[in-house]
Amino acid sequence: MIECIAIKKTYVSGDMETPVLKGVSFTINDGEFVAIMGPSGSGKSTLMHILGALDTPTSGDYKLDGKSVAQLSDDELADVRKNKIGFVFQSFNLLSRTSVLRNVALPLVYAELPEDERDARAAAALKAVGMDESRFHHLSNQISGGQMQRVAIARALVNDPSLLLADEPTGNLDTRTGDIVLGTFQKLHESGRTIILITHEPYVAEHADRIITIKDGEIVSDTKNPHVRSIKI
Amino acid sequence: MKTKDLISESYSALTVNKVRTGLTMLGIVIGIGSVIAMVSVGQGAKNSIEASIQSIGSNLILISPGSTRGLGALVSSGRGSSQTLTLEDGHALDKQISFGHTTEMETSTRGQLIAKGKNTNTRVIGTIASYTTVRSLEIDTGAFISDEQDRTSAKVVVLGPTTRDDLFGVGSEAIGQTVRINGNTFRVIGITKSKGGSGFLNQDDVAFIPLTTAQHYLVGGSYLTTIAVQAASSDDMPSIQDEVNSILLQRHHINDALQADFTVQNQADIVATASTITGTFTTLLAAIASISLLVGGIGIMNMMLTTVTERTREIGLRKAIGAKRADISSQFLIEAVMLTFAGGALGVVLGWGISAVVSKFAGIAANVTISSVLLAFGVSAGIGIVFGYYPARRASLLNPIEALRFE
Ligand SMILES: Nc1ncnc2c1ncn2[C@@H]1O[C@H](COP(=O)(O)OP(=O)(O)OP(=O)(O)O)[C@@H](O)[C@H]1O
Ligand SMILES: [Mg+2]
Repeated sequence: MIECIAIKKTYVSGDMETPVLKGVSFTINDGEFVAIMGPSGSGKSTLMHILGALDTPTSGDYKLDGKSVAQLSDDELADVRKNKIGFVFQSFNLLSRTSVLRNVALPLVYAELPEDERDARAAAALKAVGMDESRFHHLSNQISGGQMQRVAIARALVNDPSLLLADEPTGNLDTRTGDIVLGTFQKLHESGRTIILITHEPYVAEHADRIITIKDGEIVSDTKNPHVRSIKI
Repeated sequence: MKTKDLISESYSALTVNKVRTGLTMLGIVIGIGSVIAMVSVGQGAKNSIEASIQSIGSNLILISPGSTRGLGALVSSGRGSSQTLTLEDGHALDKQISFGHTTEMETSTRGQLIAKGKNTNTRVIGTIASYTTVRSLEIDTGAFISDEQDRTSAKVVVLGPTTRDDLFGVGSEAIGQTVRINGNTFRVIGITKSKGGSGFLNQDDVAFIPLTTAQHYLVGGSYLTTIAVQAASSDDMPSIQDEVNSILLQRHHINDALQADFTVQNQADIVATASTITGTFTTLLAAIASISLLVGGIGIMNMMLTTVTERTREIGLRKAIGAKRADISSQFLIEAVMLTFAGGALGVVLGWGISAVVSKFAGIAANVTISSVLLAFGVSAGIGIVFGYYPARRASLLNPIEALRFE
C-alpha cells in the first residue's frame, strides 16, 4: 500500500527555490492500476521518483507498505527497489554500450540469481514487450527509440515487482506496440500487481482503473475510470 | 552480490569502453615503465663504475706526476702529464716505506700493435713483476713479465684478452706469436684474464711489456706515469701515505707540500670522488623518473576523473535497480585494481625491456631492482585506486536521482 501525506518537493539552486510538489496526499491500495495525468512540468516525474524510493520529499511523509521510507537506510532502500519495485524511466537510462539482454538482466545480478536463470528471465521479459530475439545481443545504443523504451520496460518487469512504476511507457511507441505494453500491464494487474503509469494521452489513461490528474504540483482530480478499456493478449 | 558477478561486472565495464581503459592503462604503463628503466640504468652505471674502481686492486696508494687532482690516476694513469716521477723515486719509496707493502711502477703510453697484418691502437704499459700482485691481475695462459725479463729489457709482451682478440682473432692461442709495437718485434708470453669494464673503462684492451723495455724503446728516459703502493694492511694506509709524501718532497727538494709536483691518492679518495659523480647521476635519473611518474600519475587521474560524469549516471542507474553502496564501491575498487595491475604488469615488462636493451647496447649492466618496481607500482596503483575509487564512493552516497542527473 502506498500512502502519500502532504508531500512537498522544492528544488533549491543557489538562492532560487522552485516548488514542484506543493502538498500532495493520496493512498493507493495493493492491486490498483492508476494513471497519473497532467501537463508537462506539472511534477509527475518528480512524484514518481519519490514513489519509487529513488528520491526523497522535502517535507511530508511517504509510506510504502506501512513503513515510512524516510526512516529506511540506504541499503534498506536498495532492498526495497530490488525486491518490490520495477521502474520505467521517462529517459530510459539504459547502460550504454551494453547488450540489450545484459541491460534487462542487470537487476537480477543484484538479486543474486544464477546467470542462466537471469538470461532466461530477461529473454522472457523482452518477449513479453514484443522485442524480437534478433535484437537481444545488439548494444543498447544501436536500437531505435521505441526499442529502447521496450528494453526499459522489460528491465522493470524482470524482477517480477509487486509495484510497477512507468513514466510515459508508451511515449515512443506506435499504437500496436503500445497496446502490447498496455496489455502486459493489464495482465500483471490481473495477477495482483500494483501499477502506476504516467501519461499525456487520454487513450492510454483509459486502460487504468483510476486516474489522478495533477497540475502545478497539486492534485486537481482523482477519479475512478468508469469505462476501462481492456486489451487481451 | 556474488563475487563472480562482481568481477564479471567490473570486467565488462572495463571492456565496454576500450579507449578509456586503454588510455588509462597507457598512463600507468609509461609511468611505471620509465621509472623502472631509469632507476635500473642509473644503478647499473653506478655499479659498473664502482666495479671498475675496485678491480684496479685493493689498499692502493697511487702516486702520479704533476699536481693533477681528481680521477686522473684512474682514467689515464697520469699519462701525458709532467715528467716528475722517476724510476729512482719508485725504488726509493719501495726501500724507505717502513710498513708492510708492495710497490709497482709503470710507464704507460699508447702504441700501435701489428700482428699478421692486423693492427690495433692500445694502451701499452711498461711495468715490473709486482704489477700482478698490486693490481690484482690474473694470468689466463702463459706467464707475466719476470724480474729477469725487466732487468734484461726483454722484448716480450703480455696481452689483454681484447687486444689478443683484435690481433689474433677471438679466443685464439697467441703465446709464442710475434707482435710489432712501434716498429720493434715482441714475443707474446702471456694473456691476462678478463677484468671487465667497457668503452673507455675497458681494462682488457691493454698490452704489458717490461718497464725497462718500455723506457728503452717506447718512451725514452726513466720517467714513470704511476707508482702504486699496496699496503699489507688497510690500517697502515694513512701512515704510508704520509711517508710517501715526505719521502718524495724530500727527494724533489720541495719544502711546501702545496707546491708538490706529484699527486698522492688513496683508493678511498677515488671511490669517494666517483661516488659523488655517480650519486649526482643517480639523483638526476631519479628526478627524471619522478617527473615521468608524476606525469603518468596525472594522466591516470585525468582519465579517472573525466569519466566521473558518465560513471556517476551509471552508478545512479545501478542503485535505482537495487545495487547497495557496497556493491558499487566493490565494483569500482575491483575495476581500479584490475586496471592498475594490468597496466602495472605491462609497465614492469616495458621497464625491464628498456633496461635489457640499454644493457645490451650501452654496455651497462642495468639491473631492475625490486624496490624500484615496488615504488613505481605502488605510486601508480595508489593514484589509480584513489582516483578510480574515491569519486565512485562519493557518487554511491548520492540518491539515485541526483546521481542520474549529475552533470
Ligand atoms: N533538478 C531540478 N532542479 C530544479 N528544477 C527541477 C529539477 N527537476 C525538475 N525540476 C522542475 O520541476 C518541474 C517538474 O518536473 P517533472 O519532471 O516532474 O515534470 P513532468 O510533469 O514529469 O513533465 P513532463 O510531462 O514534461 O515529463 C519542472 O518545471 C522542472 O523545471
Ligand atoms: Mg516527466
